[in-house]
Amino acid sequence: MNVDDIRRDFPILSQTIRGKPLIYLDSGASAQKPRAVIDAMVNAMETQYANVHRGLHWMSERTTDAYEAARDAVATLMNAGDRAEIVFTRNSTEALNLVAHSYGRGILKPGQAVVISAMEHHSNIVPWQMLRDAHGVELRVAPITDAGELDMAAFEALLEDGKVGLVSVTHMSNVLGTVTPAERIVQIAHAHGAKVMFDGSQAIVHRRVDVQALGCDLYAWTGHKLYGPTGIGVLWARRELLEAMPPFLGGGDMISSVTFEKSTWAQVPHKFEAGTPAILEGIGLKAAIDYVLGIGYDALAAHELALTDHALARLGAIEGLKIYGRAQDRGGVISFMLDKAHAHDVATLLDRQGIAVRAGHHCAEPLMRRLGVDSTARASFGMYTTMAEIDALADTLNRVREFFT
Amino acid sequence: MADNFDDLRDLYQEVILDRGRHPRHGQRLQAFDATAKGDNPMCGDRVQVWVKFDPDGAVADTGFEARGCAISVASADLMAETVQGRSKADTAALFATFRDMVRTGVCPACDTAMEQLAPLSGVHEYPSRVKCATLPWHALIAALDGTKEASSE
Repeated sequence: MNVDDIRRDFPILSQTIRGKPLIYLDSGASAQKPRAVIDAMVNAMETQYANVHRGLHWMSERTTDAYEAARDAVATLMNAGDRAEIVFTRNSTEALNLVAHSYGRGILKPGQAVVISAMEHHSNIVPWQMLRDAHGVELRVAPITDAGELDMAAFEALLEDGKVGLVSVTHMSNVLGTVTPAERIVQIAHAHGAKVMFDGSQAIVHRRVDVQALGCDLYAWTGHKLYGPTGIGVLWARRELLEAMPPFLGGGDMISSVTFEKSTWAQVPHKFEAGTPAILEGIGLKAAIDYVLGIGYDALAAHELALTDHALARLGAIEGLKIYGRAQDRGGVISFMLDKAHAHDVATLLDRQGIAVRAGHHCAEPLMRRLGVDSTARASFGMYTTMAEIDALADTLNRVREFFT
Repeated sequence: MADNFDDLRDLYQEVILDRGRHPRHGQRLQAFDATAKGDNPMCGDRVQVWVKFDPDGAVADTGFEARGCAISVASADLMAETVQGRSKADTAALFATFRDMVRTGVCPACDTAMEQLAPLSGVHEYPSRVKCATLPWHALIAALDGTKEASSE
C-alpha cells in the first residue's frame, strides 16, 4: 500500500489549517472520508434516491438494492454467517443501547449480572447502569493491569458464580490502544455460560474482524470511524439471539402487521430497524467497506504497526512525556501527558501547528480515574497517517514542553 | 527557535503562563463562608472555590483548587484578585463583562477593574477554550448564590 496514493483519495487532507498543512491525528474520534464515499453518497442523491423497502416504483427498488447491498458488504466484512444478522443502527452507542434494552430486559433475568471492563467508553457503561437500575441486573467491572491490559484472572473470577449472563467489553480501547484477547474472553465466558458482546468501534478500523472465528455472540461498531459517513452503525448478532430478542424501537418498517389490538414483528434484521433508515449513509458505508477491503486489512495492519512503533519510540524519547497504556497487543491510539502542560494546552498548541489531536477524558471517565488523571492528550492514526506526521508531532511536542517550562 | 508559537502569545501571555504555573490564590481557605464546585463535563476540568465575606457582605478573600489547564487556573487566580472587596452584585456584573470579553475579544464596557482580566481576552479566538476561562467564575457565582455546583455548560 502506498500512503501517498491513499492520501490523494482523501480530499480533506490537502487542506491547510492556520496556514499549515493539516496533520490529522484524531481518526480515533472520527476518520476522514475517501472520495469514493463522498461520490457514492452524492451520486445516489443525484441519480438514484427514494425511500426503501416500500416503493413499487423504479427509484425505490433501485435505492433498496443499493441500501441492502450495504448489508451484504457488512456481512462479508465481518464474515457473518447470514446477512440477516446485520442490524443497522445510528452508531455503536445505539447498538449497545439496543442490546442493553432488548437483550438486557428481554433475556437477562433480575439477579443475573453483566460484566464490562475498567477501560470502557461511556457508551458501554451507561446503558448497563440504566439496565441495572431498571431491571435489577448486577453490573460487574473487570479490572485492568497497570500496563492497561484486561486482568484475565480477575475477569474469570467475576464469572465463577455462574450469574453472569453477558460480557460486554471493548475489543480495542479508545484511550490505551489495548486490543483485548477476544478469543480467550469468549472461551472463558462461554465456559461459564455467558454470552459475549464486543464494542468494536476502534478494533474494526485496524484489523479484520471475523465474528465466526472470534466465536462471540454480538459485535457493535460504527461507520464513521471506518472512513464511512456518520449516522450509521452496525450490530451483528447470532440469528437465534436476534430472533429471541424483543424489538427495541417500534414504528414503521419493523412490523409484519399492525392493528390497534396487536402488532406482529417483521423478520430479523428488520424487526430492529424502525423507521426510515440512514439510506445514504448505508450507501456511503458500503463504499467505505469496498475501499478498505480494496486496500486490505493486512496492509492496513502492517502500516498501523509501523506507525505505532515509530510513535511510541519518538514520543517515548520526549523528556517529561508519559504514555498511558503499554499493552503487548495494541493499535494506533496513543494517550499521553506532558509533565509541564495540561492536555488542553497541549492540544491548543498543536492545533496552532495544524496538528489535530484529542484532549480530555475521551468519554472514559472511570478509566481516567483508574489512571489517576483528569485528562490526556491522544493521537490516533488512520490509513493516511505518515511517518513524517508523527515526526512533526514529536518535534512539536518538544517545543510545547519548552513553551511551558 | 523560529516560529515558536509566537502567534499563541496572544492567548498564552506571560501573566497567564505564570499564574497557571504559580497561582497566588490556589488553596482552600481555612475559614470561609461559602464554597462551590465547578465542573466542565466535556473536558473534565474541575474547580472548587472558597469565599470569605466581610461583615458588609463584600468578598474579603477567595481561594480555589483547580484541576485544569493553564487558562482555567490563571483565570481562577486573576478572578480571586479582581473580586476582592466587591459586593455580590458587583461581582456578578464583573462576570457578565468578563464573559462578553472572552467570547468576543473586545470589551467596550471595560474599566480599570477589568485591566487585570484583559490578558484572558485572547481566548475568544479559541471557542473550545472559552469555557476554561469562565468555569471558575461559574463556581464563584454559585458560591455567592448559595448553590453548591456549577457547570460551564
